[in-house]
Amino acid sequence: MKIKIEKRLNTPRYLSLVVPILSIFAALLIMFIILTIFFMGRMGSFQGAFSETVSAYKELIAWPFFNQYGLYSTISKMVPLAFVALGLSFAYKMKIWNIGGEGQLYMGALAATWAALFLFRGITSPLLLITLVAIFSAIAGALWALIPALMKAYAKTDEIVVTLMLNYVAIFWVDYLVYGPWRDPKGFGFPGTAAFPEPAMLPTFFDGNVHIGIFIAIAFAILLQYINLKTQWGFNSKIVGDNIKAATYSGIKVKKYTIISLVVSGSIAGLGGGVQMMGMQHRLMHGFSPGYGYTAIIVAWLAKLNPIAVIFVSFLFGGLLVGNDQLQMFYKLPISLISIFQGLVLFCLLGGEAIAAYRLKIEKAEEATANE
Amino acid sequence: MDDYPILEMKNIQKAFPGVLANDNISLEIKRGEVHALLGENGAGKTTLMNILFGIYHPDHGEILINGKKTVIHSPQDAINDRIGMVQQHFALVPSFTVAENVILGLKNFGFIIKTKQVEQQIKELGERYSLPVHPKARVWTLSVGERQRIEILKLLYTGANILILDEPTAVLTPQETRQLFSAIRKLVQEGSSVIFISHKLDEVLEISDRISVLRNGKNAGTLNRNEVDRRTLVQRMVGRDVLLDQEKPKVESGPVKIEIKDLSVKNDKGLMAVKNLSLKIHGGEILGIAGVAGNGQKELAEAIYGLRPIETGRIQMAGEDLHHRSIKKRIQSGLSFIPQDRKSIATCPNLSVMSNIFMKNAIPGLKKSSAWNMQIKQMHEKAGELIQNFSISTPSTKTRVRYLSGGNLQKVVLARELSNNPSVIIAEHPTRGLDIGAMEFVYQALLEEKKKGSAILLLAGELYEIFRLSDRVAVIYEGQIMGYTPPDPSYTEKIGFMMAGTREDSIHEN
Repeated sequence: MKIKIEKRLNTPRYLSLVVPILSIFAALLIMFIILTIFFMGRMGSFQGAFSETVSAYKELIAWPFFNQYGLYSTISKMVPLAFVALGLSFAYKMKIWNIGGEGQLYMGALAATWAALFLFRGITSPLLLITLVAIFSAIAGALWALIPALMKAYAKTDEIVVTLMLNYVAIFWVDYLVYGPWRDPKGFGFPGTAAFPEPAMLPTFFDGNVHIGIFIAIAFAILLQYINLKTQWGFNSKIVGDNIKAATYSGIKVKKYTIISLVVSGSIAGLGGGVQMMGMQHRLMHGFSPGYGYTAIIVAWLAKLNPIAVIFVSFLFGGLLVGNDQLQMFYKLPISLISIFQGLVLFCLLGGEAIAAYRLKIEKAEEATANE
Repeated sequence: MDDYPILEMKNIQKAFPGVLANDNISLEIKRGEVHALLGENGAGKTTLMNILFGIYHPDHGEILINGKKTVIHSPQDAINDRIGMVQQHFALVPSFTVAENVILGLKNFGFIIKTKQVEQQIKELGERYSLPVHPKARVWTLSVGERQRIEILKLLYTGANILILDEPTAVLTPQETRQLFSAIRKLVQEGSSVIFISHKLDEVLEISDRISVLRNGKNAGTLNRNEVDRRTLVQRMVGRDVLLDQEKPKVESGPVKIEIKDLSVKNDKGLMAVKNLSLKIHGGEILGIAGVAGNGQKELAEAIYGLRPIETGRIQMAGEDLHHRSIKKRIQSGLSFIPQDRKSIATCPNLSVMSNIFMKNAIPGLKKSSAWNMQIKQMHEKAGELIQNFSISTPSTKTRVRYLSGGNLQKVVLARELSNNPSVIIAEHPTRGLDIGAMEFVYQALLEEKKKGSAILLLAGELYEIFRLSDRVAVIYEGQIMGYTPPDPSYTEKIGFMMAGTREDSIHEN
């Protein structure tokens, strides 16, 4: 018997569901081994390490998904993820690789803080103030993405590098402000601004545990899905994404599409920053994002760039983040292990995708020998 | 012992995922014959030859050389078995001389290279087989025809006596083809065997002793030259009778639809590819542009369509200057373009048939569809209609076009380009790589548009196609029009001279 690996002609539909699930399981499995080894170092015996890992895994899954308060945290964590991932998937549709979600999120948060604390200090109508702050954060994210967009369209620079680098610039900008001019004098030296005024805080529900940002994200997902499916923009962006030459030939202005897609992508991520400020944080702080902008890349990818799927995947990843926090708190795991886990998930997903493009073909023995 | 055929391929089978490229093919090559492999694109010719040359390995079957079973693992094995192949794309180093390129192809050229000796031998070989090249010439200075000669000399130098020529005439002028043929005849006289791969009937009929026709990966029969004519070959190739020579519809020519004045365009290297070219096409007229590939045809087509900036000159459609119009505007004013490269320019491989048909968002007849509310369902219906009209064979309107065959892909392009009521159509090699059935479909579709009053600029490599469709023939050479002739095969020689750069007025007929 001989086993041959050959490329699939077309991928069956069930695989698009099965592959991600199996991939995540594979990541969980590998992580299980790593954690067991880690705990063995701490506890000295395999048995102890194994049961410790099992209970850690229980915590990882039970708290964020099956506990009321855990679920609240999950939903809160998923909001910034969903916003950034929605923005990224908008650009990724056109094969424009915006890696700058983190920076755009930070710039959105920065602009929101500027608007809420300084520019529109006196406004007392929550609706008006929230709208203004939201618009400011979206514009900031858009401008931050406009830089790589113009560079890509007119100088053919690589957007991956530029967007990635701009993340650090954005983070340092925020750090400068929260350590310097914007630091709250009453903040006991803590690197953060003063709290937002009451009217600039998003309404909440579930006894103040969840803010309405989740609904804004869902509304955006539906809007983006509509744009993808029913508008000329969505139609043309698929053409640009698949074959730029064909797009030019079809009379699509590729430069315009490049710029708009990056700018819109940045504005949604920026809005995510604004919503995070108004809904969760209520003040700009050093390092307020535990890498939402990067995790969102995985989210967008796992959702196959489908905006509706982004919401569900964000929920899953929000839960993972919450679970990770639990592990950090109760099992004293170093944060680098958490990063390893996220890396594993991405790694397994991409690997799963690649493997799913092939199939095994088993040939009968006599044919195989006749071949030799 | 000499009764053995020099080469036998028995029951060769080779499968690629989803395609059986070679299905139980047997082939026998005699000593001293020109054996043509004729077949449509995708019939399995190149696969079979790549197996013979050791690039692919067959799933089944065996190869016998001089009656001895041989396994060819690599091109090196093939060369050791005295088999040589000239690929469609030459493998020459442009900055090396002819002799150096020949040496490069040798396995053991020793520590000290005997260039002088090689040069002498090349010269002798060239004279013997009437393949004249200067051994010291640098390859980049040579024409395509001369480069091909070097490739053949390379094979002869390594001692090959089975020569595989893969579509050798595709890049040649008629005169160069003639020279190649006389070389082939000499080679055969001296006892070599030549496998001549082609899909051009006339050439195959002219040069070969025996013809094997491949169809759908099978050998549809090996025939002696004197037993066949065009019609039987066509039948074998496509498995049915195709009307090859039909009357052109007579159409009264209308007003001038497109006029080009003193147009100059640069190519990708920044050199002038189209030089002060002027032409005019009336409604209901097809102007065929004949020429060897790479003489500015592509640049001309792209400049008219707006894909390439123009240096000087003017392009007018219906009296209006196109200079500052975007491609979108040109499309809207009725300019259609069927590019040669349908895979990389004219279609999106991973998108559906429907998306590809509506790629330009320009097909009329959709109600209530707007940029913010596209009627996707209606678009699928309309696409379904066009699939019927253009007899595109596809499982559904949602199938990704990468799964379509070349002919069906071209029909998708036609469905899009011709459903926009075009007033001017640029057709660049519209049948390249298509089988005869699909070719005829393209011809009919273009003639139909001519009847409707479109002006058509046809850029084609094959004269047959130009004669078949055009009302006038212009010959292009290095970006300039050398002259015009009527679309009649009796002008072939004159066209050939013009294709090689002689101006119409300096050709003296005798």
